Formats: sequence, structure tokens, C-alpha cells
Amino acid sequence: MEQARTVDSPQHILTTSVFVKVWVYLVILTAITVGASVLFPGAVGIGVATLVTPIKAALILLFFMHLKYESTALRTMFLVAISILAIFIGLTFFDYPLR
Amino acid sequence: MTVNAAPIQTSGHAGHAGHTRSHLSHEGSKTGMWLFLYTEILLFGGLFLIYSVYRYLHAADFSVAAAHLNVPIGVINTVVLLTSSLTMALSVTALQRDQRSRSMNMLMATIALSGLFLVFKFFEWKAKYEHGTFPGMEHLNQLPNGEKLFFTLYFTMTGLHAVHVIIGLAVMAVVWQRIRKGTVTVANYPILEYTGLYWHIVDLIWIFLLPLFYLTN
Repeated sequence: MEQARTVDSPQHILTTSVFVKVWVYLVILTAITVGASVLFPGAVGIGVATLVTPIKAALILLFFMHLKYESTALRTMFLVAISILAIFIGLTFFDYPLR
Repeated sequence: MTVNAAPIQTSGHAGHAGHTRSHLSHEGSKTGMWLFLYTEILLFGGLFLIYSVYRYLHAADFSVAAAHLNVPIGVINTVVLLTSSLTMALSVTALQRDQRSRSMNMLMATIALSGLFLVFKFFEWKAKYEHGTFPGMEHLNQLPNGEKLFFTLYFTMTGLHAVHVIIGLAVMAVVWQRIRKGTVTVANYPILEYTGLYWHIVDLIWIFLLPLFYLTN
């Protein structure tokens, strides 16, 4: 392939403001998680953390790691990998609670 | 149609970086990097699995043990890593735009923030060590099983994570040097991009470690 292939086209290079905005969201979501677990210890705090943490993960994956702009193949591979992990953990919990 | 009709071994040819790179597919090498990242996800995933089972079996003990961790340092470290991810991403896009010194500055900032993370971690672990709450030490050995498991998992998982931070720091230093020397450039930046991907995974893992260990009660 030509040398030009190693250089991304303009729309694939994200601007500084996009990254800074994502960073701000990440810090806010961290504050929400920590605040909830400090103010509402127990089920509520854990519940908030369980809901918010995947959102933070998604922000990092989609924007910092550029997954939003990658090929469908790459994104599908990622979903397969975490599905496998979910199955590992999920099926394990088909076992323990029934012992 | 192709610029270079020479056989595969073009490195002996009058090759400047672009010429020898012309046989590599960016999409292909990026896929290879992501495959490596999946192995990292499954590596830590296995540890998360262990954590989830033992937490299920010793919920109360885990809660008690977690209260001994330093939440403020955990939160500060989270913000430090999130910011390092930002500077890392900015470094990559800077080089993509041929802004070499900005890229180097952002990369150096990332290196500095990773170092800061390790400093905080050091003081955190030092405090535990001085209290005897460390694998193999007295206080930890006297704890009830569930609490022992919590701390062992804590040191194993944050320890393995810290090893990844150190490796990332070393790789970043090497890449910084290569940008300085001019072997990593706007026409040859994938190694910087993949260093970034690695660094974001390290950050991602920490994002999950935070609530599991520091915010559990």
C-alpha cells in the first residue's frame, strides 16, 4: 500500500477540545461514583459504581482509544472479547450460588 | 499502480522510512495491537473473576477490609491516570498533525503523571507495610480469611497494574527518544498510537480497580 496509508484523513484526527471534554466527563463521573459511595454507603453506592464505571470505560474506549472511528471488524472483535469475559464471570455465578 | 515494484526486502534499497513501511498495513498492525490488548483484558479479567467469587463468598469481610484503604489517594491516583490518558491522546494527535514538539511535551507530561501515580502508590503501600498488612506479614496473617483474601487480591491486582504502569513508562520514554531522534514521525507514528492504546487500557483497568477496592462499603 502507499505511504499515504499511514496518515489518517483529517476527520479521523480528533480535536483537542473533544479530548478535553471527554476528560471533564470522566472526572465528573468519577466524582459521582466516589460521592455516591461516601454519601450512600451500601447498595446505593455500589449500584451507582456498577452503572457509572462502564460508562467511563466506554468513553475511554470510544474516544481516547478511537474505537468510535475504527472499522466494524475491530469493534466487533472488541465486543467478542468482552463477551467472553462476561461469559466467564457469568457462568461462574451459575455455580457458586447453587452450592 | 504501486509506487514500489521491488521485492519484499526493500530495506537494502535506498529506503527512507516511508519506502520500507510501504508494505505494512496500518489496519493490520493495529488489529495485532488490539489482539494484545484483549489478552491484557483477559489477564486482569481472570483476576476480576477471582475477586468477584471471593467477594461473593466473604461479602462482610471485604467491606471491613476495604475501610482500611486510603480513599483520597485512590481518587487522586484515578484523576492522575485519567489526565495522563488525556495527555497521551493529545500526544498522538499532535504527531498526526506533524506537531513534533507538542507531541513530545504531551508525552513527557504523560510520563510525569505516570511517575506521580507510582509515587502515590509507593506511599500507600509503604503505610500498609509499616502496619504489617502486607502478604507474608504478621498483621495480615492474623486477619479473618475474608479480609486476608481482600488484601491479597488488593496487592496482587494493584501490584500487577503497577508493573504495567512501569512498563508503559519505559516504553513511553523509548518512544519519546525516538520522536526526538526523528525515527517516529508524522509518516511513521503507529508505535506512538499503540503506546497510547496500551496506556488507555492501563487507565481502563484502574477505572475498574477503584470501585472494587476503594469504594466497597
